[in-house]
Amino acid sequence: MKKLLGPIVVGIFFLSLFGQFGAAATQTQLPRSETIYVGGGLWSQPNNFNPTVSWAAVTGTIGLIYETLFIYDPLKDKLEPWLAKSGEWISNDTYRVVLKSGLTWQDGKPLTAEDVKFTFDYAKEHQGLSYSPIWGWLKEVKVVNENTVDFVFSEPHYEEWKYWLYNIAIIPKHIWQSIDNPQSFANMKPVGSGMYKLYKTDQMRFILVRNDNWWGIKYYGKPAPKYIVYVIVYSNNLALSMLVKGDLDWSNFFIPGVPDVKSHYGIVTWFDKQPYHLPINTAFLFMNNQKAPLNNPEFRRAIAYAINPKEIAARAEENQVEPANPTGLILNYPVFKKIYDADAVKKYGFTYDPAKAKEILDKLGYKDINGDGYRETPDGKPLKLTIEVPYGWTDWMEMCRVISEDLQMVGIRVDPKFPDYSKYYEDITKGQFDMAINNFGSQVYATPWQWFNWLLYPDVAPIGNATYSGNWGRYKNNRVAELLHMINTEKDENKKIQYYHELQEIFLKDLPYIPLIYNGAWFEASNQYWTNWPTEHNPYALPITWQNYWQMGGVKVLLNLKPVKAATTPSSSSSSSSSSISTSSPSSSSSTSQTTPSTTSSSTSKSKKGICGPALAVGLALVPLLLRRRK
Amino acid sequence: MSGIKRYLIRKTLIYTLTFFLAVTIDFIIPRMMPGDPIGVLLSRFATLPEATKYLHGYFVQAFGLNKPLWEQYLSFWNAVLHGDLGVSIYYYPKPVTEILKAAIPYDLALLFPALVASWFVGNWLGAIAGKNRKLDSYLMPVFYFLQASPYFWFAILLSYLFTFKLGWFPISGAYSYGIIPSLSWEFIKDYLYHWILPFLSLFMVQLGGWAIGMRNMIIYEVEADYIRYLEALGASERTLMKHAFKNAMLPQVTGLAIQLGLLVAGNVTVQIVFSYPGIGYVLMQGIMNQDYFLIQGAFLVIILTVLIANFTIDLLYALIDPRVRTSYTEEGA
Repeated sequence: MKKLLGPIVVGIFFLSLFGQFGAAATQTQLPRSETIYVGGGLWSQPNNFNPTVSWAAVTGTIGLIYETLFIYDPLKDKLEPWLAKSGEWISNDTYRVVLKSGLTWQDGKPLTAEDVKFTFDYAKEHQGLSYSPIWGWLKEVKVVNENTVDFVFSEPHYEEWKYWLYNIAIIPKHIWQSIDNPQSFANMKPVGSGMYKLYKTDQMRFILVRNDNWWGIKYYGKPAPKYIVYVIVYSNNLALSMLVKGDLDWSNFFIPGVPDVKSHYGIVTWFDKQPYHLPINTAFLFMNNQKAPLNNPEFRRAIAYAINPKEIAARAEENQVEPANPTGLILNYPVFKKIYDADAVKKYGFTYDPAKAKEILDKLGYKDINGDGYRETPDGKPLKLTIEVPYGWTDWMEMCRVISEDLQMVGIRVDPKFPDYSKYYEDITKGQFDMAINNFGSQVYATPWQWFNWLLYPDVAPIGNATYSGNWGRYKNNRVAELLHMINTEKDENKKIQYYHELQEIFLKDLPYIPLIYNGAWFEASNQYWTNWPTEHNPYALPITWQNYWQMGGVKVLLNLKPVKAATTPSSSSSSSSSSISTSSPSSSSSTSQTTPSTTSSSTSKSKKGICGPALAVGLALVPLLLRRRK
Repeated sequence: MSGIKRYLIRKTLIYTLTFFLAVTIDFIIPRMMPGDPIGVLLSRFATLPEATKYLHGYFVQAFGLNKPLWEQYLSFWNAVLHGDLGVSIYYYPKPVTEILKAAIPYDLALLFPALVASWFVGNWLGAIAGKNRKLDSYLMPVFYFLQASPYFWFAILLSYLFTFKLGWFPISGAYSYGIIPSLSWEFIKDYLYHWILPFLSLFMVQLGGWAIGMRNMIIYEVEADYIRYLEALGASERTLMKHAFKNAMLPQVTGLAIQLGLLVAGNVTVQIVFSYPGIGYVLMQGIMNQDYFLIQGAFLVIILTVLIANFTIDLLYALIDPRVRTSYTEEGA
């Protein structure tokens, strides 16, 4: 009985181990020199490849597996035809798209105008897809011929349309016409038109394999990586160690400490120097515009004067970000720059100035009556505000602390509050907060309208009911609503800029929310296996792989990457190839070639120890045996 | 025979009641968390207010969260009895059973070897320590240290020593990112390589407890009259130990039932430390994202594991301890 137990346990162990993996795969180890490891945009096990619900779809579903008519390059502010050959307004209410020739699906069937029409009609039929609301202003989609489609609008939203052109993934009619419940359809065997196909998924990653019959090869060439392994990495420190070891090629994590180790390990970032990263969105301090005293624009202005964004950037983000412009517009991108109103900022802008904050508060009648160091309201009641961010979002938690300290300096008591994420999200959507930090929709878009519409969304629900825009604090202004509508439906670019200027002026005057810092387009890459990464010296694309960012640059990065061939034979290290990285300055490239051998040697010694480890464990297990024999 | 029957009926009743209560608590607790789980699902969608508004209604209805709590409770029981644990909110639209099915093998692969190996090795070491005073004074501090360590703390200690300092073992996951699961030697090697540290965390901490228990029992048994008598008869030390060991074993089997619950809980924390994709890890994800159905499912699995294991041990106990059998038979007679 006892003798049997051992084998039984071992048997159960191995059965449980391998029962789920089934038959042996043809290939066990992906060839390292043809595989790119990417991380930063996957936070839970990949289990949804449905592009019609872009919010749930795994990153890369749109962009790599399914494709959009256009892609958008935020660095040049250019909508570039992708599946489309061209697209233009042929009349005031009709937009014509001509498709490229020779488009095919991954199952070999041709991609035609019928598929494009179907994609849009599908969202009319099924409410609740990402782009279903489009049918509020789209009248019909007409197929002109096999590769020409006309979109006829009941009320053309010229600005919003730009956003949808690069965000709606075209789906194959012959597959989707039999799918009735797209909202709950996981689509684990996606058939798209893109340059990559889904190969495998498990709890920790998904693997894509190159589509060697991709229609785009004749237009764009073949992307170099044969496999993309997109991994979940649970901690930023782990991401850093993987990056250094060469286990991660392309990282879109915020990694504390990058400035310290960047030169030593030859990590590629966008800028060589501070802040190292491009900005990607604006973190706002949202204030509850419906709640006293935050409903007073002057009081909000006092808060704006009291907060020091430089300290936030330094303490919360290690200066890997920059303080925001008073408008919050991300001026690195031409799309924002061209509508930026510098005069309005000069007139109504603000900078860090606690003295001024005190002055405003004194004038408003908020004075410290009982001498406890905090101001009371004009009618003598204690003034106590809260600021909240989700627990565990450490950089935002630090921001809260900085803000609370800054405001304490001018005599406003603000207590940081860190509820769980779901509570935080409920609080902001229902407007049950005093102050909160958020940035969910303030990123760069093909149109600033989308950005303003998120921030100042006019159609908010009253406090207590959920609203899903970004106007969490329920700021209301009829002129803003009017302007947003006018910008969206205006064709004349000059008029639009006028409206944008007015919008900024109102924003700065009322200051419903305070722009704090720009969150970074975190990008750290390793030159060990892949080179020719985009940087400020070679800015060919935005290197971000988050959900819905692939079509804003990620796909171009894949088309431009070059393998370091030497990587397959570690002995002849990559000193020659690292010189081909036009991007890094001479000094840093020399440091790269210096450190490369050292990292490879450490990894070989590591693998030696790797055998040592298990051996030690086995040895330990033998100790009792030896002890017994001695008896 | 009727004694055994009585024993069984009684145990079954107790376990059914426990199961009912545990599942009820399992239903209530997630729903007491503040926040809106559907909101979390939709928060990734923040830029599109109109579509989100529609979807919120759609999902609340789809998950049945708009119904009164008692109705949800009844349908939950109905679903549980049909083996349907619902659809995960966080991993939408994946059914909870599928997520758990993928996770359970990793738990078994950790729990079974850890429990069995620590029980055997621990009892063994404990017995050695019990009869050898000199060795005892060296081993006991180690055992106490091991037994007193919380699982997660010991796991962090191991990962600090063996991955951060020495770099011998990988930090997280069940296998390397670049490997495709298959029945090849290469994969098995990689799997074991990732498995060792989580296994050791469970194994070592358990080991301490078993060894201490066994050592104390042996010391007690060695002083017992029957051993003295055997000794006086001139029996060999081997024979002496054989008898002492057998008698010392009984409390250890009872201990197995108690320890199992702790081990399952420890397993949860160890998996979180090593990002090992078993039930513990899934449970953590569920809690962090307020996924009612996933939390319920994961807890249900844990409840079932513990109850079934305890039940099995109760049965086993009736078999190996004649006193249990006779007590019930006498009562019946």
